[in-house]
This record gives sequence, structure tokens and C-alpha cells, in this order.
Amino acid sequence: MKMGNILIEEKSIVVPGEELAEGMDFLPSSGCFREGEKIFANKLGILNVQNRVLRVVPLSGHYIPMNGDLVVGRITEAGFSGWSADIGASEDASLPTSEAMRDRVDRYVDLQKYFKIGDLIAAKVISVTPNRIVINMRERGLRKLREGRIVKVSPTKVPRVIGKQGSMVGMLKEHTKCEITVGQNGYIWVNGPVEGQFLFEKAVGLIEENAHKSGLTDLIKEMLEKGVKNE
Amino acid sequence: MNRPDGRKVDETRPVEAKVGIIGKADGSAMFRIGNTVAIAAVYGPTEVHPRHLENPEKAIVKCIYDMYSFSVPERKRPGPDRRSIELSMVIRNSVLPAIMVKEYPNKAIELYVSIIQADAGTRCAAISAASMALADAGIAMKDMVASVAAGRINDTVVLDLNKEEEDIEGTTDIPLAYMPRMKKVTLLQLDGKISGEDVKNAIDMGIKGCEQIYEVQKAALKEKYKNTKVVE
Repeated sequence: MKMGNILIEEKSIVVPGEELAEGMDFLPSSGCFREGEKIFANKLGILNVQNRVLRVVPLSGHYIPMNGDLVVGRITEAGFSGWSADIGASEDASLPTSEAMRDRVDRYVDLQKYFKIGDLIAAKVISVTPNRIVINMRERGLRKLREGRIVKVSPTKVPRVIGKQGSMVGMLKEHTKCEITVGQNGYIWVNGPVEGQFLFEKAVGLIEENAHKSGLTDLIKEMLEKGVKNE
Repeated sequence: MNRPDGRKVDETRPVEAKVGIIGKADGSAMFRIGNTVAIAAVYGPTEVHPRHLENPEKAIVKCIYDMYSFSVPERKRPGPDRRSIELSMVIRNSVLPAIMVKEYPNKAIELYVSIIQADAGTRCAAISAASMALADAGIAMKDMVASVAAGRINDTVVLDLNKEEEDIEGTTDIPLAYMPRMKKVTLLQLDGKISGEDVKNAIDMGIKGCEQIYEVQKAALKEKYKNTKVVE
């Protein structure tokens, strides 16, 4: 098979419709599509090439749920067979009663007894289809998040908030003395002393602005240490 | 030919574009050409309201074009009028071919374009802004859409008429929208009279104008994220 070639430098920003590569030996993955022998971007994002697979990682847009993602959500509806939760995706996720609790739930009970509208939860995405996102709370650690609140960050920045092997979020927890749960959907639950929450929000703002720079960890460390001293 | 502002026949007014100007919208953009300024905001994909308009095969696209009262020299009464309802449809039809609606079944994509300042070419500016806002919202698109108006003043085919030129007796206005990669025209309107020969020239000129506008749109989209690095 004739070898094709990639027309755009990897890691550059591409716009919808931009030609990325030519040749049948390349495979279009998410954010790309093939027309004839050529592969084009269909999203605004960064080109990523692994072996012969092309992907465009979108820089904007709603959270796109993936099976197994840990997410933080807010209950928006309590229906007859479960709840709906806002997780920042294009539609609310479904949390059926069978998936929500380890104990049995009586059929005619008002579901608001368990989760009220506005409650915050930590859940896991277990099914994604074009029409429905299903989450559950069966595993250990998945629970109603009492008190505290949600700080939102772009889903693309989540890896930076967590850091390599949790180094960033660990540092944030230590300096703010807050409980922190980072959802892959960019919703972060934080609970603890008010000064700590304040400091946390400031840190998250800095991370969003500087996510692309190296030395981010040091920058945040410096800011956190200064912040703590000011109290 | 001497144009009132001294431009060459195939020269557009100065163009400026910026992306991500409305934080709360999922995608947004400002597009300015000369004194005409359009701002587009995109919300979506979201759930469809009212539900019965849902389409299980693809997203529905809603578009509202609105001109602010103060955008024109003689205050325009606020609210939709026949012209803006028609232009809402025109703009929607111009960007729709580029949107990969089948990727978003049962969803709505809502597009709002406002004209802050009007000096002719508002629907074209609206389309150019809308296309950037859609890309900014992370919506899957086959191509971008660029738009500009060509026309004829006296006997000369020109590109991008401003209001002063449009108002000259007997001019013809030809708004065009174009997908630069696919080389397809998504909007072609004619207001006035023109010969078959001249209309071909006007379309060619319009397409070249759209290709220039595409470069500005691309640069504005890339500019917003120029410092971004993705960490896997």
C-alpha cells in the first residue's frame, strides 16, 4: 500500500475542515473523518497522532462522558425510577434507583428522601449511548457529597488539576485542608474551612490559565505557601 | 473605478475576528467587517425544548438573528420583524450544511446572532461569526463557512459593499457563503438586476473574498488556544 503522509505538525491546533493527512494507511479516530483518501478534522482542537491513528482532542465543548469516568454531579430531578443529574455533558445523566443504593428502595417511596434536587454526588459513568448516559453509585467511595460546593473547570484541564499520580490534588488538599473530589467532567467538589476553599478556587483559576506552561506545579506550590502564610 | 472609501474593486473592508467573547455561551465569536459588527453565541448540544421537536436521527438547529435598535442610524424598533425572521432562516440554512448534525441525535444546537452595528453585509458577518462560534463550541463540522457579499455598482463588479455603496441607485447586492475546503456555496442571494456574465464574475470574486475571510476565521480560532498544550 502506498504510504500516505501527515500534512499538519502533530500537536498543532486545527479547525473543522482542515486537511490532516492523505493515505489509506491512516485511521481517523475521534474528532476526525475520512473523505476519499484524505482525513479531515471535524472539531477545533489539537492533532494527536499515535502510530497511524489520528485524533483531534477538542479544546472546547461539553464534557464527553466515557465509561468508567468518576464524575461529580448535581441532582436535577427526582422521578419514579431514579434521578437525573447534571454532569456538564450535553444532557443530564440518569441514576436509576437500582444503581444508586446498595439497599433496596421501596417502589412507592418519594425518591427525594434519598437524594434531593440540588444534592451533590460522586458517581461513576457506566453506560454511554447516543441517547442516554447512565451513572451509578455502587462502588466504594461513591456517595452523596454533603456540604461543600462545586468548582467548575474545563474537562481538558482535569489532568492538570489531578497531576502526575495525584501530586497536584494532593498538594492542594494539604495546603487548603479541604476535602477535594475531582470529577473527570470538570466538576470538582471541595469542602472545608472557608479560607481553604478560597485558596483552592484561586489555585484552580491559576491552573486553568497556566495549564500549558511547564513549572505549573512550582507556581501553584508557591502561591499556596504564600496564601497560607497570609492567614 | 473609484469607490467612496478608496478601496479596490476586489478588496474587502478591514476584517477583525475574535473567538470566545461570551464566557457563559458554549461557543461565541465576534466578526467585524468595516463598521458592521456581528456577535454570535452558540448553546449546545442541549436537550430540545419543546420535546416534540426532537429528531432521533440528528440535531435540530435553531437560529435567531437580531439587530439591536441602535445598530442602524435610524433607531430600529426592538424585537423580531419580517426581515430578521427571514434572515434567521437564511443564516441557519447557510451554516447547516457544515454541521454534522447526525452526531447529535435528539439534541438542539441554538445559535443567536446579534448585529451591534450595521453598515451593510450584516447577514454575511452573521454567518462568518456563527461559523466560528459553532467551532468554538466544539460542535462537529465538516468545514467552516465564510461569507461576504459581492455586487455591482454602475457597471463594475465589486466585493463587499458598504451601506453607502448599497444605497447608490441601481446597485446589485449578491450575498454569498462558502465552505472553503469542500469548495461549495451554501448561500447565494441576488438583490437587483445583473447580466449573466457579470453574475459569474461576481460569484468568482465573492468566493475569493470568502477564502480571505476563512483565513481570518482560522487565525482567530487558533489564537484563542495558541498557548494550550494537552496533557494526556
